[in-house]
Amino acid sequence: MSVDTHAHATDSAHGHGHGDHGHELPFWRKYIFSVDHKVIGIQYAVTALVFLFFGFCLMMMMRWQLAYPGQPLPVLGKLLGENNMPGGVMAPEFYNQLGAMHGTIMVFLGVVPLAVGGFGNFVMPLQIGAPDMAFPRLNLASYWIFLPGCILMIASFLAPGGAAQSGWTSYPPLSVIAPAGQTFWLLSMVLIITSSLLGSINFIVTIVHMRAKGLTFWRLPFFVHAQLVTSFLLLLAFPPLEAASVLQLMDRVAHTSFFLPSGLVVSGEQLKVAGGGSPLLWQHLFWFLAHPEVYVLILPAMGIIAEVIANNTRKPLWGYRLLVYSVIFLGFMSFVVWAHHMFMTGMGTTMSTFFQTTTMIISIPSVIILTCFLMSLYGGNIRFTTPMLFATAFLPMFAIGGLTGLPLGLTASDIYLHDTFYVIGHFHYVVAPGTLFALFAGIYYWYPKATGRQMSPLLGKLHFWFSFVFINFVFMPMFFQGMAGLSRRLYDPTVYAHGRGVQALNVVISWGAWGLGLSQLIFIVNFFMSLKTGEKVAENPWHSTTLEWAAPSPPGHGNFLTEPVVYREPYEYSVPGHANDYSPQFVAEG
Amino acid sequence: MSDTAIPYMVKPNPVTGIPNGKFAIWLFLASEVMLFGALFSSYVLIRTGAPHWPPEGGLTSDLVSVPLGTLNTLVLITSSITIVLSWASCKLRNLKMFKVWMAITILLACAFLVVKYFEWMHKFELGHFPSHDNYFAIYFVLTGLHGLHIVGGIVVNLYLLTIGARMWNKDPEHFTNRVENAGLYWHFVDLVWIFLFPSLYLL
Repeated sequence: MSVDTHAHATDSAHGHGHGDHGHELPFWRKYIFSVDHKVIGIQYAVTALVFLFFGFCLMMMMRWQLAYPGQPLPVLGKLLGENNMPGGVMAPEFYNQLGAMHGTIMVFLGVVPLAVGGFGNFVMPLQIGAPDMAFPRLNLASYWIFLPGCILMIASFLAPGGAAQSGWTSYPPLSVIAPAGQTFWLLSMVLIITSSLLGSINFIVTIVHMRAKGLTFWRLPFFVHAQLVTSFLLLLAFPPLEAASVLQLMDRVAHTSFFLPSGLVVSGEQLKVAGGGSPLLWQHLFWFLAHPEVYVLILPAMGIIAEVIANNTRKPLWGYRLLVYSVIFLGFMSFVVWAHHMFMTGMGTTMSTFFQTTTMIISIPSVIILTCFLMSLYGGNIRFTTPMLFATAFLPMFAIGGLTGLPLGLTASDIYLHDTFYVIGHFHYVVAPGTLFALFAGIYYWYPKATGRQMSPLLGKLHFWFSFVFINFVFMPMFFQGMAGLSRRLYDPTVYAHGRGVQALNVVISWGAWGLGLSQLIFIVNFFMSLKTGEKVAENPWHSTTLEWAAPSPPGHGNFLTEPVVYREPYEYSVPGHANDYSPQFVAEG
Repeated sequence: MSDTAIPYMVKPNPVTGIPNGKFAIWLFLASEVMLFGALFSSYVLIRTGAPHWPPEGGLTSDLVSVPLGTLNTLVLITSSITIVLSWASCKLRNLKMFKVWMAITILLACAFLVVKYFEWMHKFELGHFPSHDNYFAIYFVLTGLHGLHIVGGIVVNLYLLTIGARMWNKDPEHFTNRVENAGLYWHFVDLVWIFLFPSLYLL
């Protein structure tokens, strides 16, 4: 990457070995502008967790309006100002801002940075036995481009007219004529995409070039395969949204009409633009990104689940090669399903039929992956540790999310279900009790590696059970609301008669969401308390087989005390005739 | 900055046969293909949806200067040759000739931007702003983004010509790799123009 890096690299090879360093870096170099992948991973993870909680808070406010439409919100209603909350009642514009920002924050500032930036950065180099990422300074740059993007996104609440309010999908023409917050959204998106681009290049080079001696592709942990495919999706799917953001920015700032059709009438007046553009073009560009994005959300989660399940069933993953082939196939297919989000746009039956077919095909590898995980449980001597609880819950939750997606992928049933709460229920089952549970599993699983201490198992189990119960109260009723025809973006769900019949469910969902919010406090307490009081652990507290457990807990700069060598496949648990029920990749004789 | 030894900084990796940096630049170019690919697709979609192209009537070649576009095409193609010559000079361990060829490359890139500047200014004088119609919208976005890539290339090449060249004394092989990577990027920027010129000026 750079002159200095190389010069030091040569020095350190001659001067001193890994993990033994002559000088201490100053605080800001060690923890703020660090080039160490572990520090950057933790920075990403903590930032993402903060934004996940923030995005969830936005939703908890919206849930008040949905459960008790038009009633003043207690306490918060007065704090948020007369513009947003006239007389303590949520204004429709503010409701729209909360909705758009909830989606954007959860996806782009929460789940992706945690799953890829956090876990990918921290775990992946350790699992492949590398001393760091291939380009440590590029890694630093990608975090410090990401963070200003996030701050810009949040700052848009202070812009005149408030934050972006055209949904997380920012469909034109509405988004083009929206207040200034939308411009913030677009600029912030350009920064976040640039950051993930730099990150994905770094990930791919690291995985391909920097594996430890003996670590062939068929010996990589499944998590690394998942991160590799995810990186390719980030690399190739995000630039089209960058292009689309630039075009929308031009529409807003330079008054072009890429997405504005001729003769567009706004508030009774014809809009004075050249016209001739296509709103559908935005949807194509957006979903070309956003469908692979769905797999960016789920693949790292599947990677984490694979690690946790193999470790806690004490047996090899069932169908490891099948899993790898499936994840690669998923990656390819995710580029040709995007327009199943657009069946209702009138793009034509030929297009719809094509995308309906590819959508049905892509469900096959997903089912294979889930089946492999399920088969891995069979006959295992399962340890129900906190990470394993989250991982086992992931399986049925992700299955519900996946199966409820099939009616949406078929054009006929989608006509009825499109843009209802059914859709909200479907993708939240995939991302919330699916991906987020997997990410929690990952936090509980790798916390000892990052800090040298265990998180409290008691608090962990409380956190799991409360979250598991409440989250189903939140998302299960949405299927019924959606099948009753309730539209997903209504400010007042009781405005139409067909919504009033399922309004009681909105109260259930809202209390479920607030309960879920309170349950996360257990996690926050556990997360910080365990830093001081958690049980101290050695390198390999879970008796795991993969390389990250060969490094000290927490690993020093340079990661490994001696250069690791890999002797076997990643999940050799309970090998017959061995004294231990695990044979680590890094031990020559097991 | 980093104490840890990163392998394959200079030597090729046995799996891919290239060092880290070259692999990274190819991946970066793949994403750039997607970026410009999305913009070209948008152009195709808007153009095929329009009743007439350019929207205000007439021919594309009436709205832009084909001779200036041709001149710029020649300028960029020449600069692609000179950057290869600068890399070849590194390979021959001739720093002086590297500097000469690299300086010419940078000058050609600047010449391209100057021509582009006069083209843009002429359009502004005629009142042809991006908001005029979708032909000018796509023209300014594509040539503007391409221009930014040229500026980026100039910055990188200037770095290699000046402070970056200090690396020559310590590690000429690593430096040569960097020049090669900068050249790969420069060829890509050139290639984008090869597509831009016919689709915006001639068709």
